Amino acid sequence: MNLTLKIWRQKSPKDKGQIVEYKVNDISEHMSFLEMLDVLNEDLVAKGEEPVAFDHDCREGICGMCSLHINGEAHGPDRLITTCQLHMRTFKDGDTIFIEPFRSKAFPIIKDLVVDRSALDRIQQAGGFISVNTSGNTQDANAIPIAKAAADESMDAATCIGCGACVASCKNASAMLFMSAKVSQYALLPQGRVEAADRVTNMIKQMDKEGFGNCTNTGACEVECPKGISLNNIARLNREYLKASI
Amino acid sequence: MTTLQSKVPQGPIKDKWTNHKNNINLVNPANKRNIDIIVIGTGLAGGSAAATLAELGYNVKAFAYQDSPRRAHSIAAQGGINASKNYMGDGDSDYRLFYDTVKGGDYRSREGNVYRLAEVSGNIIDQCVAQGVPFARDYGGLLDNRSFGGVLVSRTFYAKGQTGQQLLLGAYSAMNRQIAKGKITMYNRHEMLDVVIIDGKARGIIARNLITGEISRHSAHAVVIASGGYGNVYFLSTNAMGSNATAAWKVHKKGAYFANPCFTQIHPTCIPRSGDYQSKLTLMSESLRNDGRIWVPKNIEDAKAIQEGKLRPTEIAEENRDYYLERRYPAFGNLVPRDVASRAAKERCDAGYGVNKTGEAVYLDFASAIERYGKEQAHIQGIHNPSEEKVRELGEAIIEAKYGNLFQMYEKIVDENPYKTPMMIYPATHYTMGGIWVDYNLMTTVPGLYAIGEANFSDHGANRLGASALMQGLADGYFVLPYTIGDYLANEIRTGAIPTDTPEFDEAEKAVKERIDFFINNKGTHSVDYFHKKLGKVMWEKVGMARNVQGLEEAIKEIQEIREDFWKNVKVPGSVNEFNQELEKAGRVADFLELGELFAKDALNRNESCGGHFREDYQTDEGEALRDDENYSYVAAWEYTGKPSEAKLHKEQLEFKDIEVKTRSYK
Repeated sequence: MNLTLKIWRQKSPKDKGQIVEYKVNDISEHMSFLEMLDVLNEDLVAKGEEPVAFDHDCREGICGMCSLHINGEAHGPDRLITTCQLHMRTFKDGDTIFIEPFRSKAFPIIKDLVVDRSALDRIQQAGGFISVNTSGNTQDANAIPIAKAAADESMDAATCIGCGACVASCKNASAMLFMSAKVSQYALLPQGRVEAADRVTNMIKQMDKEGFGNCTNTGACEVECPKGISLNNIARLNREYLKASI
Repeated sequence: MTTLQSKVPQGPIKDKWTNHKNNINLVNPANKRNIDIIVIGTGLAGGSAAATLAELGYNVKAFAYQDSPRRAHSIAAQGGINASKNYMGDGDSDYRLFYDTVKGGDYRSREGNVYRLAEVSGNIIDQCVAQGVPFARDYGGLLDNRSFGGVLVSRTFYAKGQTGQQLLLGAYSAMNRQIAKGKITMYNRHEMLDVVIIDGKARGIIARNLITGEISRHSAHAVVIASGGYGNVYFLSTNAMGSNATAAWKVHKKGAYFANPCFTQIHPTCIPRSGDYQSKLTLMSESLRNDGRIWVPKNIEDAKAIQEGKLRPTEIAEENRDYYLERRYPAFGNLVPRDVASRAAKERCDAGYGVNKTGEAVYLDFASAIERYGKEQAHIQGIHNPSEEKVRELGEAIIEAKYGNLFQMYEKIVDENPYKTPMMIYPATHYTMGGIWVDYNLMTTVPGLYAIGEANFSDHGANRLGASALMQGLADGYFVLPYTIGDYLANEIRTGAIPTDTPEFDEAEKAVKERIDFFINNKGTHSVDYFHKKLGKVMWEKVGMARNVQGLEEAIKEIQEIREDFWKNVKVPGSVNEFNQELEKAGRVADFLELGELFAKDALNRNESCGGHFREDYQTDEGEALRDDENYSYVAAWEYTGKPSEAKLHKEQLEFKDIEVKTRSYK
């Protein structure tokens, strides 16, 4: 298939940036979206132009490095996948595709489609852990039985890949779904309960400091989340926060 | 020839590690605050080491080329992590895990290291549970286990099909706690481009900020390489796009010996390639072989019809299918180790029985498991005489609960529903057992320079068993290196801060900058990927699943030619001081072009077949690997002398006192 791409190009963080149009031809429907961009970049390098910068690494939907707003949606039109798992069979010959970076004040642009998501790391550093040192003398792993339902629910929350699609999809650029996934993972486990109140308080404080917006429960984050993290986690986060505040 | 000192402690194997810990030097807590350690890579090994060293009180500087330590490729490990907990009561023990690992590695690993690995494996699970890793549990609330290839017990702990992710996020959370305390300084989007050696000791690194292009100097009392394996030398592999051997290769060129590069794991269950544009291959977890049965058509006519798209797998009757693993290896069946399963797939496909249009695919079929689970569920739910549809429905639900994310991944890539039609799979490069040579303390041949996780060579011999990479990465990082590094650092407490304005740093920085400038100024004719793909093709065809003398000799010559061409004609657009992904790739491919040659040279030197190294000229009449214990029961550790072709071989003789060396049989 032959496609028209309209891609955000921005040389550096301070550059103004603009949409630039490119044509790609003979794209196979079996290609992944990023392989299609590889083809474009090979062309650009051959012509002596600068290739389009975009983040990617594992290309199997788990590292959370790839991003992209494709036709106005984080990770593109398909559901429950990241951009690297999106395949060209989702598009048809002659389509025009808009490709932009994730946009949020907390995610400054580095170059073209690459953004800085270190704000998410700093939220985790504020409390996204259980304070246990490595010793080899922690108690036996089976010492505390955990109900299967709680362990499974904790795991569902823990599958967040930290890609930032929730932030990019939210009209308020809120990071609440991301936050809630970590808070929930620990809140549901006995090991995590000990520090639950401090954790949620400190992480929320950091989230606000980073310039993320507030949650107004529109649910766009849940729709676009490649890992299907549930909005229920935000409800749990709010409960935890309330409990910690009174 | 120098003799390599493995420094494995004396005494019975069960007591070696304990005695060693009791006898090595320690650094007191006040002195630890004055000692700096650099860790390269933040996967399971690097992340767990950085966190633990910081907890102990050392000042840690950690480097990752990704934008966050959480993105290291350990995250993609699916199936699980082994530990000899014997929670299932099926006869597991430290000795059995040790035995399985040494046997699985085809008797080419170091006994003392492997026993230690088994010994600390249980601690890893305890530690991870304490950190809040949500492992799978049974209805009684206790941890669940499953089985992996090459073993007869269930010792694999898992978190759905995302075990690597959960373990890495555990290590990442431990790192975050130390980053918040200022004990770890994290350098994201930084790449190590050289190691600095002063008076024979590793004293620091030169790194490039991948956003600004700035080159910086970092000094330390010890440098730890935890940068993973070199599987991307094949261009196509299941590694992440950015996974590279640069850190490992740079330290090799500065004096660290490189061991057994030809021991590379080709994983049997990956999604087959679909076209020339392919950028990487995707693994389907080995755990699928718990329930999937591997087959090709028994009749060549059926295979031809399938290749031409005239026949569907579901139309082939049971008696016309060849479940070749069950046929050849009845004792282990579909759960033979990876090297055996991969070669068997290649054998069938080479004979013409492949099942896609390229002829390079076999089926992994869940129909029997769906039926078995469906009937079981019907029984549990009290449904008598369930219809076929009901059985399928119930069975598919169980399969979905176990492997849902993998099935979804497969469907997104291949556009076929694996619940209804068998998956197609084919072997692909996945893991490298070879790596930087280390002694029992995980120190390389350069004092103060360590290598942990996949980057070193020691524990998996010639073939790694499933779910053992996660175990080794975390064992090295949480429980081994933090102890053993003290033995060396105890002599560094009087050193003080190491200055970076010395001739050694000047020289290393100058060389790094010159190379980067060269790439930008070369203005050649072909992109970096053009050369990487050419290298990958030679590696796969001639240094891949089956090797022979003629092919290896050709490969060495061809790699030299590609390398020469690369240095003349590579084209890197953009400039030095900016975010430049082509420039990053150029440096990595330049190193792969040297490593690939050493790899082939090592394969040519090893006149035997063992584990992942299969030489066509050394096989039994039945096509099984023919090992030569008399002449090759050694670790081949290569010293760099200026060119890969002139690398000097050093041998570490392997001794097996606690395990009987036998022909590996899974029949």
